[in-house]
Amino acid sequence: MEDMNQSTKYAIETRGLNIFYGDFQAVKDISLQFERNRITAIIGPSGCGKSTVLRAFNRMNDFVPSAHATGEVLYHDQNIYDPSVDAVQLRRLIGMVFQKPNPFPKSIYDNVAWGAKMNGFRGNTDDLVEETLRQAALWDEVKDNLKKSALALSGGQQQRLCIARALAVRPEIILMDEPCSALDPIATLKIEDLMRELSQNYTIIIVTHNMQQAARASDYTSFFTMDTDRSGIMVEYNETSLIFTKPKDQRTEDYITGRFG
Amino acid sequence: MENTARMIGKRTTTAWKNPVSYNLQKKTRPGEALIQAFLFFCGVVSILTTLGIVLELGKEAWLFFGDPEISVWSFLTGTEWQPKIGKFGVLPLLNSTIITSVIAIMVALPFGIATAIFLSEYASPKMRSVLKPILEILAGVPTVVYGYFALTFMTPLLRSLYGSQNVDVYNMASAGLVMGIMILPLISSMSEDALSAVPRSLREAAYGLGATRLETAIQVVVPAALSGIIAAFIIGVSRAIGETMIVAIAAGSGPNFTFNPFNAAETMTGYIARISGGDLSYNTPDYNSIFAIGLLLFLVTLGLNFLSRAISRRFREVYE
Repeated sequence: MEDMNQSTKYAIETRGLNIFYGDFQAVKDISLQFERNRITAIIGPSGCGKSTVLRAFNRMNDFVPSAHATGEVLYHDQNIYDPSVDAVQLRRLIGMVFQKPNPFPKSIYDNVAWGAKMNGFRGNTDDLVEETLRQAALWDEVKDNLKKSALALSGGQQQRLCIARALAVRPEIILMDEPCSALDPIATLKIEDLMRELSQNYTIIIVTHNMQQAARASDYTSFFTMDTDRSGIMVEYNETSLIFTKPKDQRTEDYITGRFG
Repeated sequence: MENTARMIGKRTTTAWKNPVSYNLQKKTRPGEALIQAFLFFCGVVSILTTLGIVLELGKEAWLFFGDPEISVWSFLTGTEWQPKIGKFGVLPLLNSTIITSVIAIMVALPFGIATAIFLSEYASPKMRSVLKPILEILAGVPTVVYGYFALTFMTPLLRSLYGSQNVDVYNMASAGLVMGIMILPLISSMSEDALSAVPRSLREAAYGLGATRLETAIQVVVPAALSGIIAAFIIGVSRAIGETMIVAIAAGSGPNFTFNPFNAAETMTGYIARISGGDLSYNTPDYNSIFAIGLLLFLVTLGLNFLSRAISRRFREVYE
């Protein structure tokens, strides 16, 4: 079952990825491998292209008219930027959780069930909703109010609902774009615990500008910064414990010790 | 630079109009009060105008129904409108108004919403910036032009399609279809505004789950924009019901109780326009009847307004 050759060892891999917004090069020559069933954090200062790279993995940048990419993003031996790739199908396999909780203005139940139904789920929806909400550690808080609007939940609950919504379509990879930046510390910890739980079954890539979060919650960390021409570049990638204790690059050390700039 | 340096820290009498004052007593600000009074006045004027119209309609309608020959019941349920012989049954006029409006809405609503979805979800920003103004020009065409468009284009078209023995020269279908074209830009423009106001984050959430553009538009964006779309629908319906010129020109001038849209039948507004343009003397039942019709028109529109508000409250998905 497990094919151990280079290309399938990683959940997703980029080779020489460049992303442009019009004439401006947002990120330059990113080559990175993301391990299966691990949490990889992308950290770095504002404007270094972390989110841009993350949104390249499910072709979310397609909706920015001026954006285009060169290089390769390999997923199951296919370059997802190949013109023959169906981005809709890709997004059914690579889910996303956004910076600001953005539940649909529907009931809690429908938020979870909608994506699954749209993806062709034919099983028992009640069971799916319960199972998924349990997975997202939200079930006990909402089980009596499944018909209530998702917008009545607190910010932290909404974000866990958004995670549940992404899980409900049973993706392989979950992309998280600063998922805790709008949350308080307690809600943040809950999300981090949840990520740890989920990493047994999913590959998680998280963008964060919170270094403590990367240190606490991730297995691997990639540090990005801005080049002299303001393009984002990848400086260093390693196991999280090594990045935070023995950074190889001076720029990484400056950033994690707070001497950036 | 020197100047800036001096300003740091303290409010000097030279640089500041009001040097620091710790007097926290309430001040009167006449400018604020004046503006507030003006804005209040503007609001009151529109309310008073509406009240005045209702009062005037009601007063004349009261005279009409005060006639011992006429009862509200026979007015609302009578199927013959022949003032000459004292028959004032409003149903033929109401029926014609409803048929032309329903035809108009059947044209304008699907095409209007489809246009709005195209503009807000599919069109590139460039295309939208070209198409939307063109659409809005269509909304600025005088209705009398639409009326003659109905009479000289739509009617011949219908007659050649369905046979001139089946389609009257003046008919409700032609007027209704053209009325639909008239309100289409209104509905699409307002719906487009509502759709565009739906936050991008909701679309991204749907796309992130692997939804197609169509699934996102129909199942996420439209429900979130529903209250705006219903508002557009209501304004469209009200325009259709109240539209006078197109029906006066193309729908026929003579009350006729028929459900066949290819027949000529005068609408409520068409009748009011024709009678008020004629030389009727005041305080005859003939003359007063147009106020009763006007009042009924007003009530129908008002009822639709309440209905749609209720529908909107029930089905919309509030996103903020």
